[in-house]
Amino acid sequence: MGDVFTILSDNWMLLLIGQYPTGPLGGLAITVLLSLLGLLLAFPLSVCIAVARISPFAWLRRSAMALIYVVRGVPLVMFIFWVYFFVPLLIGRTVGGFTTMVVTLVIYQAAYLAEIVRAGLEGLPQGQEEAARAVGLSYMQAMTKVLLPQALYNMVPAMISQFVSTIKETSLGYVISVNELTFAANQINSTLLIKPFQVYFILAAIYFALCFSLTQFARHMEGRIAAKRAGTAKSKAASAHTNAKVLPAA
Amino acid sequence: MSVKLDFSVLLRDEYPRMILNGLATMFELTALAWLLAVVVGTVLAMIRMSNSRIAQTFVATYVEVHQNVPMLVQIFIWYFGIPALLPKDVQHWFNTHNSEFLFAFIAVGLCAAAYISESLRGGIRSIPKSQVEASRALGLSFLQSSRLVVLPQAIRIALPTLISHTVLLFKNTSLAMTIGVAELTYATREIESQSFQTVEVYLFSTMAYLMVSLLIMGAGTMLEDRYRIKAR
Repeated sequence: MGDVFTILSDNWMLLLIGQYPTGPLGGLAITVLLSLLGLLLAFPLSVCIAVARISPFAWLRRSAMALIYVVRGVPLVMFIFWVYFFVPLLIGRTVGGFTTMVVTLVIYQAAYLAEIVRAGLEGLPQGQEEAARAVGLSYMQAMTKVLLPQALYNMVPAMISQFVSTIKETSLGYVISVNELTFAANQINSTLLIKPFQVYFILAAIYFALCFSLTQFARHMEGRIAAKRAGTAKSKAASAHTNAKVLPAA
Repeated sequence: MSVKLDFSVLLRDEYPRMILNGLATMFELTALAWLLAVVVGTVLAMIRMSNSRIAQTFVATYVEVHQNVPMLVQIFIWYFGIPALLPKDVQHWFNTHNSEFLFAFIAVGLCAAAYISESLRGGIRSIPKSQVEASRALGLSFLQSSRLVVLPQAIRIALPTLISHTVLLFKNTSLAMTIGVAELTYATREIESQSFQTVEVYLFSTMAYLMVSLLIMGAGTMLEDRYRIKAR
C-alpha cells in the first residue's frame, strides 16, 4: 500500500494536468474537459434528434431512429476510428486526437441523450401539449416554451448519469493517444515498469472518486425532483379535494 | 470526393482468415463473458436479497466499483495489474494459456455482472415481499423460493435492461483489442494498416457489429413478447 502513496506523491502533477506548464495539458484536466465539451456540445444536437424522433413526419422519425440504433449497436472504438479517418478527409487537414475525441463523443452522446430527452418528453402528461396548442401556441412554441423546459428539468439526474458515462468513455482516447488520464497512467506505468497493479489501482481510484460522487449527486437530485413532483401532485390533489368539497355547498 | 468501394480487398491474401478469426474470437469472448456475467450477476443479486448486512454491503461495493470505473481501466487492471500479484506458477499458467483472452473475458464478464445484478435486483424488488413470505411459509427453502418463485418473475421484469446490458457487453468486447486480443476490431485495424482500404474494411466491421447488436435487440424483443406475464 505504501507504494501507492509513493507513486501518487511522485506523479500527482502528471495525473492531474499532464506536463502542463512545460508541455501540453493532460491528465485528469483533459478527461474532465473532454467530457464537459462532449456533453455540452451533444446536448443541443440531442434535443433536435429527440424532437425529430417524436415528430409528426415519418421520414424524420425514421432517420432519427436509424441514427440512434447505429450508435447503440456499434462500439465507441469503431466511431473513434471513423472520425479519426474521416474528419481530416472532410475538412482537408489533419486534426489532433483531442478534436477527434470531442467529435466522436458528441455524435455518440447526442444519440444516447436524445433517448433521455425523448423519455422526458413522453413522460409529460398528454394534456400539456394539448393545452399549449389550445391556447394558440404553434408546435415549435409549445415544444420550446412548455414541453422541453419541464422535460429537461425532470431529466437532470439522467443527464448527470450520462455525464458519468462520458467521463468513462473518454478513457478510450487512449486508443488514439489523447493525452488524458488513462494515457498519463500508462506513461507512469511504462516508466516504473514494476508496479503495474499500484499504478492502475490509482487510476481506477481517481475515476471511481469522480464518477461515484457524480452518481451520488444524481441520486440526490433524483430524490429531490421526485419529492418535488410528489409535493405538487399532493397539493393538486388537495386543492381538487377542497374544490370538490366547496362545489356542492355553492 | 469520389467514392468507389472495392470490397474484394476483404478476400485478398490473409485477410479472409484474419476476419474470420476476428469474428470467431468476438463471438467466443461475448458468449463466455456473458455466461460469466449472468452467473456472477445472479449470485450477486441473490446475495443482495439476503438479510446479511455485510453481504449486502459487499455486493453494493462490487456494483459501484464496476459501474464507476471505465471498462478499459478494468481491462488494464486485470491484464497488467493482477498478474503482478499472482504467484509465479499461476502467472506462467496464464501466459501459456492465451492470457490476453482470459483476462479480457474476466474483465468484461465481471463488469457486466455488476450491471446484470443491478437489473435483476430491480426486478426482484418489484416482486411483493409477501410472495417470498408465502413461499417460505409453504416450506420452500430460501434457494427454492428464489429459484421457483422470485427469479422467474424478476427476470421477466428485468428483461429489457438485461438485453441492453447484453448489447453493452458485446460492444465492450471490442476493447479487448487494446491488450492484443485478435477480435474483430483488432483484425480490422490490422487489415486497414496493411491494405489502406480504410472505408471498405471499416464499413464491413461496423456493419458486422451493427448486425449482431440488432440481432441481440431483436431476439430480446421476441423473448419479451413470448414471456410477458399475462395481465391479471
